[in-house]
Amino acid sequence: MKTITEELISPKKNLFDVNLKEIWRYRDLILLFVKRDFVAVYKQTVLGPLWFVIQPIFTTLIFTVIFGQLASIPTDGLPQVLFYMCGISTWNYFSECFTKTSNTFVTNANIFGKVYFPRLVLPISTVISCLLKFFIQFSLFLLFLIYYIYMGSNVTPNAHVIVFPFIILIMAGLALGLGIIISSLTTKYRDFQFLIVFGVQLLMYATPIVYPLSLAKEKLGDYYWVAKLNPMSSIIEATKYAFLGQGEFSWGHIFYSFSVMLILLFIGVLFFNKVEQNFMDTV
Amino acid sequence: MSWMLKIENVSKMYRLGMIDSSTIQDDLKAFYYKLRGKENPFLKIGEENKRDTEGGDYVWALKNINLEIEKGEILGIVGKNGAGKSTLLKLLSKVTKPSQGTIRSRGRIASLLEVGTGFHSELSGRDNIYLNGAILGMSKREITSKLDEIIDFSGCGRYIDTPVKRYSSGMYVRLAFAVAAHLDPEILVVDEVLAVGDVEFQKKAIGKMKHISREGGRTVLFVSHNLKSIKSLCSKAILLKNGMLDFYGNCSDTIDKYLETDLKENNFLDKEIGNKNFKFNFIGLKSQNKTYQNPIIRIDQTELVLEYENLSDFKKIHFTIKLKGVDDNIFLTTISPENFISERKGKVKMQLPKGYFNEGDFLLDIYVIRDKSISILGFENIIGFSVIAEEINIGEYSGTEKGYSRQAMTWIKEY
Repeated sequence: MKTITEELISPKKNLFDVNLKEIWRYRDLILLFVKRDFVAVYKQTVLGPLWFVIQPIFTTLIFTVIFGQLASIPTDGLPQVLFYMCGISTWNYFSECFTKTSNTFVTNANIFGKVYFPRLVLPISTVISCLLKFFIQFSLFLLFLIYYIYMGSNVTPNAHVIVFPFIILIMAGLALGLGIIISSLTTKYRDFQFLIVFGVQLLMYATPIVYPLSLAKEKLGDYYWVAKLNPMSSIIEATKYAFLGQGEFSWGHIFYSFSVMLILLFIGVLFFNKVEQNFMDTV
Repeated sequence: MSWMLKIENVSKMYRLGMIDSSTIQDDLKAFYYKLRGKENPFLKIGEENKRDTEGGDYVWALKNINLEIEKGEILGIVGKNGAGKSTLLKLLSKVTKPSQGTIRSRGRIASLLEVGTGFHSELSGRDNIYLNGAILGMSKREITSKLDEIIDFSGCGRYIDTPVKRYSSGMYVRLAFAVAAHLDPEILVVDEVLAVGDVEFQKKAIGKMKHISREGGRTVLFVSHNLKSIKSLCSKAILLKNGMLDFYGNCSDTIDKYLETDLKENNFLDKEIGNKNFKFNFIGLKSQNKTYQNPIIRIDQTELVLEYENLSDFKKIHFTIKLKGVDDNIFLTTISPENFISERKGKVKMQLPKGYFNEGDFLLDIYVIRDKSISILGFENIIGFSVIAEEINIGEYSGTEKGYSRQAMTWIKEY
């Protein structure tokens, strides 16, 4: 005999009434969405999953030519290819998660309009499926890293590597939090969609990817704190430090990013929770 | 205390028009009221959802719906387009929230507003069963345990590992319905989904739904434009009209009521309608020497044509005809001669004066009266028709004049 669950549908819902249990009940759906995203994305292409690695290789190539050779931006004395590739693959994860989750309501309106499941399932599955792609791209970076070490470059991966899962977690949380805030705001007024298209681009240049944070410290002087305000700065820098041996690794700065992540997630879930009740009327 | 689903005072308001900078004013105003702990002011100005009348930007897609549905019941929902059927189903399936009121359910509600929600064309049939099942609320283990049954029911066994984009549309629908049919919720909400399949599939689907409710004691809510499938499936039905619950009763009564109201737009009714005493085989209003075209031209002479059958032994029978505008104001009551209807079966005409109607929309009520006292049959709004202006010469007044009738009168010059 099944236990009978009483359900209540009413217009008012407590702002903090986030049903995590329900999301857990739908965990199979999360995994199936991940599988769908992953399997379906490169169907009917000749190169298939190779596209996962082509993209960072070419971007690294372009960055090396433009920022490394033409603009001669320093790389903390690291091999340029490794320096850019490390930043790009890490940043790609954040930007893809952010862009995709920020479109949650709009792109999935057809499913949301027909059936109920906890709406948070979709952004969560997006974050996870992007993670798989990230692992592939980051493995590529690790292959290059091994090659460079073998060739005798002055890169020194160190024990801080064990913090890396925590770094990824912060990054995923930041992207998810920011993404669901934007997605909640875009259900009625689409203005923010235009903002994030170039906003993400600009944010990349505000993050130490094509330049090291030490350069910002040197050039910005008193305004250095502005560069550190970006919660992604500590993430990119810590990754570089852990895998390449150069960069700024500061627990304080990481803790700052972690706090920003918690705040964004909190606000995001509140917004999302509020919007998901009625968004079908306006999307 | 055996209700499974209880809908109390449920209303849903929608805002019409575009979303642009003007909407943000309303949003801010509503927010300001909320800050001060007051009710949303826009909930008060909502209007009844009549599509053709002009009015404000806020309408009630549903207004004060109260309903209790019992265990094992299959409830049909009928109503014209825009009556609120889909809105009600959306509220039940939690796609959107009611503006007011509450819905209580004893058990899980699963909804099937569309077959194959979330199907991905690149994935195989098997993968889609899992994905669609999980979207509908099943766990992976539940699906695995029913997988063979689902594949069997769908009849797509041979193609189950082929991407669904290679499926014929019929197979696609069958597979999708097979998943939904094996859901095991206490309450199942089903929209027009049967309209897409072929006859064989529809029969299978209806059989499955009957089975779910009868054997499993499940409650089913079912929307369809196909009155036949409603009749064969449902025990009770509700009629929605302009967002309100117009009628609630057993299935055939509701459908009769629905047909009655649905016929408003027709200026003739070519079917048997009546009771054990008396019935009409045809009721129609047309221009003389013309076919039953709608609209009718203002200057034409019109006539009401009735074909009837008297099934009773009453001899003294007459008709009472009432004409009214769409605002429900009766502007003419006229009665036929007594003893006029002598035969068992007959056809009569009532001629109206030339140019009797002004421009506008009109409805007709008809009553059959015996012995000048007792009504043995009556229909409100049995037919409806529109009257439009004739072609007007350039230069002459072509605007609309008020009033129901524009009949020419006899004028006499005294001096």
